[in-house]
Amino acid sequence: MVDIKVSITVNGTKEEKDVEPRTLLVHFLRDQLQLTGTNIGCDTSSCGACTVHLDGEAIKSCTVLAAQADGGSVTTIEGLSKDGVMHPMQQAFMENHGLQCGYCTPGMVMASIGLLNENPNPTEEEVRLGLEGNLCRCTGYHNIVKSVLAAAKK
Amino acid sequence: MIPAAFDYKRASSAAEAISLVGQYGDEAKFLAGGHSLIPLMKLRLAQPAMLIDIGRIKDLSYIKDGGDFIAIGALTRHMDVEKSALVIKEVPLLAHAAGYVGDAQVRHRGTIGGSLAHADSASDLPATTLALGATYVAQGPKGERLIAAADFYKGFLESALNPDEMLTEIRVPKMNGAKWGFEKFNRRAQDWAIVGVAAWRSKDASGVALVNMGSTPILATSVSDALKSGASVADAAEKAAAEAEPQDDLNASSEYRVHLAKVLVRRALEKATA
Repeated sequence: MVDIKVSITVNGTKEEKDVEPRTLLVHFLRDQLQLTGTNIGCDTSSCGACTVHLDGEAIKSCTVLAAQADGGSVTTIEGLSKDGVMHPMQQAFMENHGLQCGYCTPGMVMASIGLLNENPNPTEEEVRLGLEGNLCRCTGYHNIVKSVLAAAKK
Repeated sequence: MIPAAFDYKRASSAAEAISLVGQYGDEAKFLAGGHSLIPLMKLRLAQPAMLIDIGRIKDLSYIKDGGDFIAIGALTRHMDVEKSALVIKEVPLLAHAAGYVGDAQVRHRGTIGGSLAHADSASDLPATTLALGATYVAQGPKGERLIAAADFYKGFLESALNPDEMLTEIRVPKMNGAKWGFEKFNRRAQDWAIVGVAAWRSKDASGVALVNMGSTPILATSVSDALKSGASVADAAEKAAAEAEPQDDLNASSEYRVHLAKVLVRRALEKATA
């Protein structure tokens, strides 16, 4: 099988690598770029822990090939803070106790930012529906929804 | 999980994709959004030796008014179908169903053509386009042919497409104000339906199709026949499973699926009749 060359801008930096065609975007991020903030949970596109942004939209990086992201721009949880200041969504999760163990949090934060990009003033129901692709096994979602609603007001 | 190794080629046009698939034959699969195929490949339920990435063929992503129908390019993403003002106006049942496929992340990547070509009876859009009487356009080495949705689904994950053919367009008749209902019964958010129903009804016609009630999406013609001969919604809904051959699985016995189909067809038709 022949390796292919991909060029993906990750958190503003252009990364050019040779990859096996079967390389999933999440493995490209974690194993080749050591960006381990993006977690692998279910690995079956259910749980959303691997959510990152591809060209500005939330996607599940366990179900996208690095080859499909070639030429694109990816933002991961590591790319959110600016000059040591957290993104408003990260801040809102912290202030509203939107996490417990933290495993789902990078994916939750990326999905929540994607949600507000598409719907800046969601209702509580729209937040719950909008985050249906992200599972949390600790919080019962209440404080996650609260965090997203708080971030929408910032 | 990582898929078994494969080679990868990117096609920039439908013609190039069809020529590539001709070259590699049965070993090759088209990759659109990948949200049906990549999960299967990770589970080794599919092991193509060659993936032909058609995901960047931009001229196959569009939504156009075709007169009596809305023409949707096969590579149009679920999110774009869901949010299209034209689809919302002319085929609201399809816009609604597209908004219930998977979750937001899935709808950003998955395409209507990919979902239909995958031919999974548990997916929402095969049954929805079947209920609406859609026609699919397939392109192959010898040109185009039209396949009625009713003739497209041949078996479990099996469609009428030849291996060297590619789905390029979906033509969905305008609903002309017909009322509709869409019911999706599942245990967890974002899951496939245990049973789903897409239904529409106008003054003198109707279309009802079932999700996950057999190895293919099922057109519930007995329900439409009953409505046509004047049966009440409740009586017509009793015929919901007449054409179905539901399977048992972890989620539901076939008897339970038959019960669900009757209840959900009734609910969908009540919305389509209100």
